[in-house]
Amino acid sequence: MQQIIFFISRNSTKLLFLLLLLVSLFLTVQTHSFHRSKALHSANFVSGTIYERTNNLKEYLSLKEENEVLAEENARLKQILYNSEIIVDYNFAVNPAVRFAEDYKLLHTKIIRNSYHRKDNYLTIRGGDALGVQKDMGVINSKGIVGIVENVSKNYATVQSILNKHTKISAKVRSTNHFGTITWDGKNTGFVQLIDIPKLAKLHRGDSIVTGGISTIFPENIPIGTVDEVFESQNSNFYTISVRLFNDMTSIGSVYLIENINIREIDQLEEETMENVR
Amino acid sequence: MNNSVLNIIARFIVLVFLQVAIFDNIHFLGFITPYPYILFILLYPLNVNRNLLLLLSFLLGITLDIFNNSGGVHTTACITLAFMRKSLLKMSFGYSYEYHMFKIPEKFSSELLTYYVSGVLIHHTILITLELLDFKHFVEMSLRILGSSIFTILLFFLLTGWTKSIKR
Repeated sequence: MQQIIFFISRNSTKLLFLLLLLVSLFLTVQTHSFHRSKALHSANFVSGTIYERTNNLKEYLSLKEENEVLAEENARLKQILYNSEIIVDYNFAVNPAVRFAEDYKLLHTKIIRNSYHRKDNYLTIRGGDALGVQKDMGVINSKGIVGIVENVSKNYATVQSILNKHTKISAKVRSTNHFGTITWDGKNTGFVQLIDIPKLAKLHRGDSIVTGGISTIFPENIPIGTVDEVFESQNSNFYTISVRLFNDMTSIGSVYLIENINIREIDQLEEETMENVR
Repeated sequence: MNNSVLNIIARFIVLVFLQVAIFDNIHFLGFITPYPYILFILLYPLNVNRNLLLLLSFLLGITLDIFNNSGGVHTTACITLAFMRKSLLKMSFGYSYEYHMFKIPEKFSSELLTYYVSGVLIHHTILITLELLDFKHFVEMSLRILGSSIFTILLFFLLTGWTKSIKR
């Protein structure tokens, strides 16, 4: 017994190091696996506040461009609005003959910390529980898709960027309606990969790729990018397509969060179905 | 005694803040990011408990990991550096460390440079290897380790020179 105590006290530094090493390696491995919601993340009071403050300073440098992007989007939306029969009144009253499906709700927020130089990129946004932000909300901006909400704290949230090795988003080729999955190989911030598109599909450079509508996170037809290059492999029946993103992920500011109102119901239904099968 | 504790706490906070607010946003040539926050581990007082240094390095690493959403890569690199610091000191300063060194000299010398270079290489190699964890990117990995190390060491001298000029 005495010898054990002697051994521990003599080698205390080594033992402590081994213990800490185990903990940190566990944390490292956890990030490289798929389900990492319980890992440490930057949606907390301290890092959120610091990122928000530094972002406030940085924002001034890009205010002008940000403004232009938003004004452009406004113009486009107004054009749609005035050419449709939705609005009947000067104070934007909605035409009662038009029925709206109320499946999606949109929130507006901004990115306070961008990340794009790593293989697993997570963004930090302002707005958490207090604003109604929830896990698995879709994140988009005026040009296209940005990512999916991962962890939420009281006032901040982290977003798994589309530029992340773990990203898997259902997408389709708009002209042919073939479905596939968006992934990222970690190389170029301007391009993502669309896999699982059957070789039957006729593709052209410049065809647009949009979200598929299979997932409960994004509505159908949110723009992602255009076909840039098509790779064929001998031993598979599927193409791998390099997609040029509409978004410049290295400079994004304002974003919208999409909430699917029916997500609980859909999830519950699917769970029940799975249980019945068992 | 009290003064030096406060000094260490202040150093911790300042270095973490500089790292997350400024240096993490630098991507020189698209992939080179400096990590001068490990100056905290390298310049930690010599005559204190090694276990305490290990625990503080763990805290430092985990703070950086929380800010960067990077799991445990900074933590692993930091505690390894803290654990190996004694051997590094012995290797770089040799005789003078073992017998009569009470604090790390601030003046530029080849011994100090050896100490910095070896420490930074150990930390950056572990950090960047674990972050990529894929030997497909071997060339990118080596370039990042090399580029970031040079950048970090340059910043070491800038930061230590700057604090010295404040003291005067």
